Amino acid sequence: MAPQDFLIQYLPILIFIAVASAVSAGMIIMSLLAGPAKPDSEKLSAYECGFDAFTDARNKFDVRFYLVTLLFIIFDLEIAFLFPWAISLKEIGLFGFWSMMAFLGVLTVGFVYEWKKGGLEWE
Amino acid sequence: MTVQAVAFFLFAGILTLSALMVITARNPVHSVLFLILAFFNAAGLFVLLGAEFIAMILVIVYVGAVAVLFLFVVMMLDISFSDLRKGAMQYVPVGFLIGLVLLSELALLYGAWVSVPEISNNLAAPVSAFAGKTNTESLGLLIYTHYLLAFQCAGLILFVAMVGAIVLTHRVRPGVRKQSVAEQQRRRPEDVLEIKKMTPGAGL
Repeated sequence: MAPQDFLIQYLPILIFIAVASAVSAGMIIMSLLAGPAKPDSEKLSAYECGFDAFTDARNKFDVRFYLVTLLFIIFDLEIAFLFPWAISLKEIGLFGFWSMMAFLGVLTVGFVYEWKKGGLEWE
Repeated sequence: MTVQAVAFFLFAGILTLSALMVITARNPVHSVLFLILAFFNAAGLFVLLGAEFIAMILVIVYVGAVAVLFLFVVMMLDISFSDLRKGAMQYVPVGFLIGLVLLSELALLYGAWVSVPEISNNLAAPVSAFAGKTNTESLGLLIYTHYLLAFQCAGLILFVAMVGAIVLTHRVRPGVRKQSVAEQQRRRPEDVLEIKKMTPGAGL
């Protein structure tokens, strides 16, 4: 495929991006221009009634969330390798098949390790 | 052609601006959000280059996963922003040095590309060799056979990352009462129940 033909398929996405940014920018700008804005100190306080916030909203997370995300990213990358393999499997033949199986085997060893270690258990 | 040029300058401009915002924004969470915007624009540039697969992977892996991970790290850091600012100036020389090294590498690359005409022969796999194939398919034809060693090394690196993540962050919590189904099924009435005959009014 010539580069031009290929890019023309992405034209709808470009138009979509343009419309989406125009609409969202329009909403913000129009509400800034047309909306009534009469602030006073009570309206601008953290809550219009009640008390000020005691602490920051940002809390420290439990490290287990981090572990789950990290494991997710690793398997996400594994999936990224599977896509080109899946569409070209007919041409790369048995060698390509077994090369992917070796790759998956290594990662399965890691998976078994994390399963046995209890990395997937929450509590 | 003109649409392509406009799209390129738009993507490149927003990419540069949001990359600048990543390092200048006061709030680290805003920095990460600008980083996501930068990833999206980089994906747009990859599409313009014809590298569809890389563009989509950039969106899936970097925007979906790495940016979430960055947000986690930012949220987990328990440091006040003013303390963070205090020591920032001492890293400026190192930062400039790294920037200079990167700039000179880019200049060397561009210089070689301009001054040596036959350098394009050094390209590992010219795209023209796979005419008529889609981007992802031509990648698939190369990665698993021609670049077998690099591919298996990538697998090993992922394996090390997985083991490393568990070793560093997994800890066994003592005193947690987990459900053990096998234990529950093994439990028999005879082991835990005792039936006593009682005569009325006699007490135990």
